[in-house]
Formats: sequence, structure tokens, C-alpha cells
Amino acid sequence: MSAYLRKYNIMRTIPILNIKTENQTTKTITFNDKLCSRAKPGQFIMLWIPRVDEIPLSIMNSQKGEVSVTVKAVGSATNSLNSMKKGQNIGVRGPFGNWFSTRSNKCLLIGGGVGIVPLYFLLKKIVGDDKQITFINGAKTENELLFMSSIKILCKNQTILSTTEDGSYGYKGIITESLTKILRQEKFDIIYACGPESMMRNVFDIAELYKIPLEASLERLMRCGIGLCGSCVIGQYRVCRDGPIFNSKQLRKIQDEFGFSRLDFNGKKIPI
Amino acid sequence: MKSNSLETHIAGLHLNSPTMLASGIMSYSVDFFQRIAKEGVGGIVTKSIGLESRKGFENPTIVQINNGFINAMGLPNPGIASYANEIKKAKNVLNIPLIVSVYGFSIEEYETVAKKAINYGADAVELNVSCPHVKDTGLEIGQNPEKLFRAIKKVKNNVKKPVIVKLSPNVTNITEFATIAVEAGADALTATNTIHAMAIDIESTKPILSNIFGGFSGPPIKPIILRCVYELFKTVTVPIIGSGGITNWRDAIEFMLAGASAIQIGTAIALQNTKVFNDINKGIKSYLKKKRFKNVEQIVGLSQKI
Ligand SMILES: Cc1cc2nc3c(=O)[nH]c(=O)nc-3n(C[C@H](O)[C@H](O)[C@H](O)COP(=O)(O)OP(=O)(O)OC[C@H]3O[C@@H](n4cnc5c(N)ncnc54)[C@H](O)[C@@H]3O)c2cc1C
Ligand SMILES: Cc1cc2nc3c(=O)[nH]c(=O)nc-3n(C[C@H](O)[C@H](O)[C@H](O)COP(=O)(O)O)c2cc1C
Ligand code: FES
Repeated sequence: MSAYLRKYNIMRTIPILNIKTENQTTKTITFNDKLCSRAKPGQFIMLWIPRVDEIPLSIMNSQKGEVSVTVKAVGSATNSLNSMKKGQNIGVRGPFGNWFSTRSNKCLLIGGGVGIVPLYFLLKKIVGDDKQITFINGAKTENELLFMSSIKILCKNQTILSTTEDGSYGYKGIITESLTKILRQEKFDIIYACGPESMMRNVFDIAELYKIPLEASLERLMRCGIGLCGSCVIGQYRVCRDGPIFNSKQLRKIQDEFGFSRLDFNGKKIPI
Repeated sequence: MKSNSLETHIAGLHLNSPTMLASGIMSYSVDFFQRIAKEGVGGIVTKSIGLESRKGFENPTIVQINNGFINAMGLPNPGIASYANEIKKAKNVLNIPLIVSVYGFSIEEYETVAKKAINYGADAVELNVSCPHVKDTGLEIGQNPEKLFRAIKKVKNNVKKPVIVKLSPNVTNITEFATIAVEAGADALTATNTIHAMAIDIESTKPILSNIFGGFSGPPIKPIILRCVYELFKTVTVPIIGSGGITNWRDAIEFMLAGASAIQIGTAIALQNTKVFNDINKGIKSYLKKKRFKNVEQIVGLSQKI
């Protein structure tokens, strides 16, 4: 369930508290915000870079009033955000959207690239809860595997399967091959997925085949973030308000679009 | 069959309920239209569509002030040729009126897009002559009496379906513009679009919206737009559709008592989510019953009798 609270949508302008470099393209930015520090794994914020842009970002971590987002530089807004300095002002509204469920016991988390961000937050929240967790992460190459050292510490009694496309770390191949391999041997109560949409579509098809419930975190262009403008629509759903987390039942209703098409900034349907 | 007390009519359009979807709100997906049709929406106005596709402005395109919003989307839309599929699909699956909102950068563009929209199956067009934030369209037509007259006349002469004109509140005297619109042939008026506004962030000392200026909507503007509707009802005889800050059934009743035959819901979809249509319709229904009115059309303009 997602709740819309009016005060969450009022923009707060706050200085950047800390910046950590994760790899050549990716940084983690931390700031103080009471409302966002109550966010649950899967929720996102709209982050304003004054006079540049405002973009959606998943919450990576929150504790004691401090909130972090992890940003991969892919275009003008993310590049300009990643070149900001400690103490400079950013605007924040949120948290928005729904969150991952946390009821199941035997969980499989699967994330590719920067899609690992909300799953890492989820992992931190559930790892102490006496659950059996398998964490599959994947990237093109070793230094794009985010948060590896922390994940190893968090998962010391759990299973981690890493995949790189060039074989520089873990299994060589694509992440969904690791998924199929493990599902042939083991059953899970739930799969949580986040990453490139083509990967998530494959995860969905595999999960359907093995009849395992899935929760996937979707991305669409966002403007309002609160379910008004229509930029993020997929089928009957708004990713910002009805998502960004969708379960198997919902994904079945949008299977013609999920993995295949999305709206561009003009509201025109384009292939993914 | 039991009679439906919510049934109403606007310029020949038959509405099962007076609660419509306002232009620019969640307009890109027919699946979403179907979802709100289940909630009892009486008619749908699409995003404003132009001749060519438009990207709209960079974010931030919306900012919340108390419980209102200033938006400067910049009229993002796929263009009428591309939107044709959505219009056709919508007409296939919906059995409520579909009104295509139209804007143009010239009087000819208004005419071309309106004609196409009707050809693709729209039940009516709503002319957006009141968008406050895109140069050379909208307000720049709606604030200019001569251009406003010519644009409406041109569309009216070339389409056979109802032409609704969406007025701007950003004028000294809205009744003058309403009179011009009706003289040019408007079959109904929507009152109104958003109020020209802005917001500045005091920490960074910068305007928040990328476009600097936008249009204010939501509960804070309700009393102003209500006054517009009240004045218009005294001036014109064509039906009026109220749009501005309506969030619950009390607001809806207030607008109808002022003179609105139907109302449009925009911002309240963010504040109350999609159930807002059903909530408002239920509220109107019990009000009518309690006050012993048979039909919602009986209360239109009732507050004018003083
Ligand atoms: C719910 C959600 C959570 C996200 N979480 C993260 C995260 O934790 N870390 C991270 O690095 N990225 C995340 N993203 C993606 C991030 O928002 C985009 O990378 C960013 O907006 C790109 O902006 P740009 O100007 O740098 O790039 P551009 O060159 O403008 O665009 C590059 C691509 O980014 C996407 N994009 C651009 N603008 C938007 C927008 N307003 N809304 C959505 N997508 C956009 C488009 O697919 C575009 O093709 C998330 C997106 C969504 C929807
Ligand atoms: C995000 C957003 C986009 C809008 N886009 C349009 C549009 O494309 N065309 C138009 O005529 N009005 C547009 N409007 C104005 C609304 O249709 C409506 O008239 C106005 O918001 C007042 O009603 P409300 O207070 O119920 O939102 C838009 C409003 C919002 C908030
Ligand atoms: S971003 Fe506006 S509806 Fe989702």
C-alpha cells in the first residue's frame, strides 16, 4: 500500500552532508531529512538540483535522520548531481510510492547494476529477522558491483551469488542464468527484483515458470511523483503512486508493456 | 429502471454523473481511463493535444504550496497524429463522453487539431485558450478578445460536435471573455484553467519551476474559481463546467449551486487518489436525496436566487 501525505510533497532544501565515491560513475549522497528517514525499502524521492533538474532516486539507506541515495551518472542531471560538493543545497520531496513486503521467510533478492540500491536497503532491514536470504547481484564488470564489502558482511550467514558479464568477479555470464540455476535446485517464498527492465522481464518470466511470487521495482519517466501528470503510466497503473513495486498479479496485467514499451517525455509510446 | 439522479447534460453530451476528469491529468493511458470509469467518472477530458508532439519543460514541473500545486508541465503531448490511436481505442472501450482538449500555436492549428480529433472519434473538443505557461498559445489567445473570437469561430465552422471553451481566470473581467466566446459559437464553457503563479526557494534563492512561472490549482483557488462560475452564470446561457480546487462533494455542490452543470477534477486525484470520483458522486447523491431533489440539474445555479 502506498500512502500520500501532503507534507511529504512539500520540498525541503537542505545541504549535502556527505558524499562517498562508489566507483568511477557512481556516488552516494547523504543528507538530513526527518520525513525521508522514515522511508521503507523500495520507496523513492524526487531530488532537485537547483536550476538544473529534478529526478527520481531510490532511497539506499536511512538511519537516525540521515538519508542516502546512490546515483549513477548517465546524463546531465546525474552528472551535475555527482559533481556537487558537500554543503551545497539540494531539494528533496518524498518519500513516495509503495515498498517491498517483508513477510516471507525464504527470500531471493536479484539486482543488476544500480538497481541494487533499493534491494540493498531491503537487505539491511530484513537480514536480522531470522530469514533465509539469497542475494544475486550482477553487473558488466567487477567495479560496477555496488556495495560488495558491506553485502559480504551483512550476508555472512546467507548466500551471495555474484555475476559479471566479463567474468572479472564471480560467475561469468548474465544474472538470469544464475537465477535459473538456483531455481532448479531450490524453492523460495518470494523473489525481489530491481534492475534494467529487460532483465526484470526475464526474471518475471522465470518466476512465472517456477511459480514463485515476484515483487519488481519499475522505472518510468517521472515528473510529479504523486500520481497526477501521467508521465509514468504503465497500463492502468502509475509507477510513482501505485508502484514502484509491482507484484506478480499486477505484472501479469501489464505484461504487454512490461519489458517492451514505455512513454517518452512527449507521452508517445516507444520500445524499451 | 431506477432513474439516475446524477444524470446531466452539457451541450448535447449525456453524462451519467457530473464528475469529469480535468484536462492534463493522467491522459496518456486508456487503461487508466477505464480504471476511473469504474469509479464513476462522468466524462473524460484528455491532455491538451497539439498539431506536433511536444516534450514539455524540464523538471521541476510541479511544486506544492500548502495543499495546492503550481505546475508548468509545458504541454507535453504526442501530437494529434500519434494520439489518434488512443482516441480510437478509448472510444472502443469507454461508454462515456470523450472530450479532446486542443491547443494550437495559431488559429489554423486549433482548427486542424480539432477537426482531426473529431474525425478520430472525439465526442466534443475543449479549446485550451487558457494555459498560463506556454508562449504563443493558450492564454495568449484567451487574453486577446479578437484572437479568441476568431479561434472559436474557425473551429465552430469546421466541426459538427460540441465545442467547449476553457476560460482563463487571469483576466480583469472574465464575463467579457465569456460573452465573446459565446458570440463566437461556444456550446459550453469550462471555468477555469489555473491561476498564473510562481514559487521561490529561499535557501538556494532560486525560482523552483524550471519555467519559473506556472499555473496554481487545488483547494486554495476554489473560492476564486467559484466566484468566476457565479459571475458567468449570470452572464451567459450556455452550460458551465466548473474546474478549480474541487476535492469533495461539498465543493462539487457549491459549484453547482453557483451555476456549474458539471465539474472537473484535477489536483484532487493526487490528494484523494482515484476513488475521489466515486466519493463525490455518492456525496452528491445523498445530498440530493436529503434535500428532496430528483435530479442534479435542479440545483444548478440555485444560489443565484437570493
Ligand atoms: C523510481 C525510480 C528510482 C530510481 N532510482 C535510481 C537510483 O537509486 N540511482 C540512480 O542512479 N538512478 C535511479 N533512477 C534513474 C534516474 O532517475 C535517472 O538515471 C535520471 O533521471 C537520469 O537523468 P539525467 O538527466 O542524468 O539523464 P538523461 O540523459 O536526462 O536521461 C537518461 C535516462 O534516464 C531516464 N530519465 C531521465 N529523466 C528521468 C526522469 N525525470 N524520471 C525517470 N527517469 C528519467 C531516462 O530513461 C533517460 O533515457 C531511478 C528512476 C526511477 C523512476
Ligand atoms: C499537472 C497538471 C496538468 C494540467 N494540464 C492541463 C492541460 O494540458 N490543459 C488544460 O486545459 N488544463 C490543464 N491543467 C488544468 C486542469 O485541467 C484544471 O483546470 C486545473 O488544475 C484546476 O482544477 P483542479 O484544482 O481540480 O486541479 C493541468 C493541471 C495540472 C495540475
Ligand atoms: S510522475 Fe506524474 S503520475 Fe507519476
